[in-house]
Amino acid sequence: MASITLKINNKNHTVEADPKMPLLWAIRELVGLTGTKYGCGVAQCGACTIHMNGLPVRSCSIPVSTAVNKEITTIEGLSENNSHPVQQAWIQEQVPQCGYCQSGQIMAATALLKRNANPSDKDIDAAMQGHICRCGTYPRIRKAIKAAAQIMSQKASTK
Amino acid sequence: MNTEINEHKIFKVSRRDFLKTTSMSMSGLLLGLQFSCTDKEKNLTGNPSAVFSPNVYININGNGDVFLIAHRSEMGTGIRTSLPLVMADELEADWSRVKVVQAVGDEKYGDQNTDGSYSLRMFYTPLRKAGATVRLMLEQAAAKEWNVDVSECKAQNHEVVHTSGKAFGFGYLAEKAAALPVPEESMIALKDAKDFKYITKQSSIVDLKDIVTGKAKFGLDSKLPNTKIAVIKRNPEAGAGLKSFAMEAAMKIPGVIKVFSMDAPGFPTNFNKPLGGVVVVAENTWAALKGREALEVEWLPGINADYNSLEYGNDMLKRAKTKGKVRRSSGNIDQALRKAKKIVEADYVVPHLAHAPMETPCALAHFHDNTCEVWAPVQDPQGTRKSLAAALNIDITAVTVNVTLLGGAFGRKSKPDFVVEAALISKEINAPVKIMWTREDDIQHGFYHFPSAQHVKVGIDENNNVSAWLHRSVFPSIGGTADPAAKEPSGGELSLGMIDLPYAIENISCETQQAKTKIRIGWLRSVSNIQHAFAVGCTLDEVAQARGVDPVQNILDMLGADRMIDASVLGPEFENYGEKLEDFPWNTGRLRNVIETVREKSNWGKSLPKGSGQGIAVHRSFLTYVACVVEVSVDENSKIKIIKVDYAVDCGVPVNPERITSQFEGGAAFAASLALKSEITVVKSAVQQSNFHNYQVARMADAPYETAVHIIDSAEKPTGVGEPPVPPFIPALCNAIFAATGKRVRKLPINLKEEVNL
Repeated sequence: MASITLKINNKNHTVEADPKMPLLWAIRELVGLTGTKYGCGVAQCGACTIHMNGLPVRSCSIPVSTAVNKEITTIEGLSENNSHPVQQAWIQEQVPQCGYCQSGQIMAATALLKRNANPSDKDIDAAMQGHICRCGTYPRIRKAIKAAAQIMSQKASTK
Repeated sequence: MNTEINEHKIFKVSRRDFLKTTSMSMSGLLLGLQFSCTDKEKNLTGNPSAVFSPNVYININGNGDVFLIAHRSEMGTGIRTSLPLVMADELEADWSRVKVVQAVGDEKYGDQNTDGSYSLRMFYTPLRKAGATVRLMLEQAAAKEWNVDVSECKAQNHEVVHTSGKAFGFGYLAEKAAALPVPEESMIALKDAKDFKYITKQSSIVDLKDIVTGKAKFGLDSKLPNTKIAVIKRNPEAGAGLKSFAMEAAMKIPGVIKVFSMDAPGFPTNFNKPLGGVVVVAENTWAALKGREALEVEWLPGINADYNSLEYGNDMLKRAKTKGKVRRSSGNIDQALRKAKKIVEADYVVPHLAHAPMETPCALAHFHDNTCEVWAPVQDPQGTRKSLAAALNIDITAVTVNVTLLGGAFGRKSKPDFVVEAALISKEINAPVKIMWTREDDIQHGFYHFPSAQHVKVGIDENNNVSAWLHRSVFPSIGGTADPAAKEPSGGELSLGMIDLPYAIENISCETQQAKTKIRIGWLRSVSNIQHAFAVGCTLDEVAQARGVDPVQNILDMLGADRMIDASVLGPEFENYGEKLEDFPWNTGRLRNVIETVREKSNWGKSLPKGSGQGIAVHRSFLTYVACVVEVSVDENSKIKIIKVDYAVDCGVPVNPERITSQFEGGAAFAASLALKSEITVVKSAVQQSNFHNYQVARMADAPYETAVHIIDSAEKPTGVGEPPVPPFIPALCNAIFAATGKRVRKLPINLKEEVNL
C-alpha cells in the first residue's frame, strides 16, 4: 500500500492504495467519483475513458501509480452544468438510452474534437471504434460529434 | 408471462398505505421544499405539508409539485419517462413541475416485471385513468371552493380555471382535493387524442442531463458507509458443486477480509438461485479480484459435464431433418410437398448468445436485524423481493428492493440471482456488500440464448403459389433452466415467430424435436423470435426467387387478403403474448400496411452499384407490426457495410415517438451484433469466450450507418417497441447480402468466407 496523490478535475486527492490498483477503481471507490464506468476491465469497451494530460486513456488498464503528477479529467470535470459543447450536443441529439457507456463516449468525443475540430465519418469511426454501446446509440453519437464540432466552431468564431 | 392487471388493486389502495411506504422516500423531499412565491390573486399554492395522493402513482403537495411514480425499470427504453408523461398529460400537469420517483418493488403497483415489451401495453390505459381521476378531483375541489358546478371548471397546465377566468393552482387545491372521495371509475373521462400535450409528442428522457454529466446512478454506483466488495469464483459448469478450495494465498492479499464457500444449486439451477462457488470479500474491488485470482479451487463435475455446444448443435440439426412432434398443422403437408412443382429447402443454425449489458450484474445489499435492503439494477423488483425473502428465510415485508438505473439489461437482469448473492454475503459478514460481476463472470456464467437448428421446406404448386410450409424448430426450452421435465419448446416459445405464421398457405406443419437444457438458458431481447424470424424471413426470400417474384410482392402475395387471423387457424398451442386475440387481433392488414410503407420509404428496388443490395423482412412480435429493409454493400474481402436501414412500425398509438425511434435505431445495432459478431461456444460445459475481444459485439463501424424509422400514425392500443426491432433486421440483412452477392446466409454469425453447407 502507498499514499498516492491524484489531481482529478483540478483538485488533489490523497488515497491509500496498492500502486498496481487500476486508476478506475481508485477514482470510483477511493475518490468516490462514479461517473467513470467499469465495462470490461481490459481496455476493450471504453466505458472507463478519462483524460490524462488531455489524452483519452482507459482508466481500467492504467495503474494508479502512473497517474501521479498527471492532470486527470473525468466526466464530472468536463463542465459545471452540462455546458461543455459535447454535453450540449449529446442533449440536443438525445443520444443516451441506458446511459451507462456515455461517460466514456463523451470523454472520447471530447478528446477527438480537441485534436480534430472537424472530424470526418472515418475520423469518427477510428476515434470511437474502441467504445461499445450495447444499446446501439452509434448513429446519434456520430450526429452529436458533428453537432458539437459546429457548436465549438460557432463559439470560436464569436470570440 | 403474466399480463393480467388488477386495476381494482391500483385504485383502491388506501392512502394511509401509500403514505406509509411509497412517500417515505419522498417525505425528505417534501420537507426540504420552500415556498418560492405565492400568487395571491391566483392562489397557486396551499398548505406546504399537504399531500394529495389518491392513488399509488400520483402525489401532489401544497407547493404544487407533482410526484409521479415510475414503477417499471429503466434499462434504456425510456419507460421511466414515457409512463409518467402519460399520467402528466391526463393530469394536465406542467411537465417541468413533475418529479419522477422510482418505485421500490411492491405488489401494490401492479406488475413491475419490466420484460416482454409490455409496459405501455399494460399500463397506458390504467395510468391515463389514474391521471384523469386526479384531474377530476382537482376540478371538483375548485368547484367546491368557488361554489360552482364542476362542469365550469377545467384543469389546464397545472391550474384549474373557471369559465370566468379565475384560477387555482394545483398546489392550492392539493389539500382540498385530498378531502374528497375518490370518484367512481364511471365518472372518469379520458382526454380526446387531439388534446394530448405529451402523449404522441416529442420529449426527452428525464435522466438525460444526469447521464451526460456522470451523475446518473446505476447499480454499480450504489454505496453505503462501510460497504465491502465481493466477487465469486464459480464452477464453469452451471449448477455444479465445489470439491475443495485453499484460501491462504487469497487471505494474504491486503484488503481481503473473508473467503468462504456458497452452495451450488445443482442443475437445473432455477432462475433466481446463485450459482454458488467461492466468495472473496474485500475492502475494494481490486483487492477482491486479486484475492480471487489467488484462490486454488477444485470443482466437482455435474450432470452436464460433457456438454459441448458444437456437438449438441450438430445433433439438433440432424434431428431437424426428421419428422417431429406436430405443434401446428393444417391440410396434408406430405401430400402437398409430394405434389409441389418446386421445392425450397434450407436449414438454419443460430448459436448460444450472451446479453452482455454494458453494466455487468451487480447489487448492493445490507442485511441486518432480520431485514434486508438492496439497491440493484433489476428488471423484476417484485420477483427479486420474493427471491430474497425465500433465500434469507425472512418475511417479504422485511425486504426492500430499491431499483437503480439499469446499465442495459436485455433480459439478463430479469433474473435476480446476483442480488441474492449480495444478500447472502451481507448476512454472512454482517456488513453492507456490493457484489461485482466482472465482464468475464458475465460472459461465462450467464443465462444464454438457446442454440437452435431449424429445417424449412416449402412447396410451390403448378400455379406458382406456395402450397406447403414445413418448419421444424429444435432448441432447448428456457423452462429447462428450472424444470427438469422440460424437454421441448413450449407453445409460448413457438408463438414467437413459428406457429404464429400469418401466411395464407393451405398445408402447414410446424414441428419440434426434443432438446434437453444443459446450461442456464434465459430470454434475450425478442427471445425465440430471433431464430424463427431468421429462418422464416430468409426462406421467404428464397421462395420469391423460386417463384420469380419481387421479394416484397412475394410477401404480399403470401399474406393474402386483409383479415383477422382466426385462433383455430393458429392452433391450440398459439399464445398471443399473454393477450386475448379479441383484444389484440392478428391483423394482417396492419402487416401489409407496414410492408407497403417500407417499400415506399426505402425506395425499394432503386438502382444500386455492384456489390450492394437491399433486403426485406417483416415480423409481428410483441403485438407490434414491423417491416424492415436493409441496404448493404459487400466488398471483395467480404466486408459487410450496413448503409441504411428503414423500418416501418405500427405499434398502435405512438406514445413517445422519440423513444420509439431510438429503440429501433438501437435494436438494429443490437441485431447487427447477433447477425455479424456474437457467438458463445461451450466445451465440457465451460463457456469458451470471456470478454469483448472474443465475444464480439457491433461497434460504430459495424452498426448501421443510418436507421430511418417510419412510425404509422395509429389509434390502436399501444404495444411494445423494446424487442420488435430485433427479429426482422437479421433476415432483412441476410436477404440484402444475397441481393449484393448471390450468397445465401443460413448460419449466424454471418461469415461469408466460410463454406456453409446447409
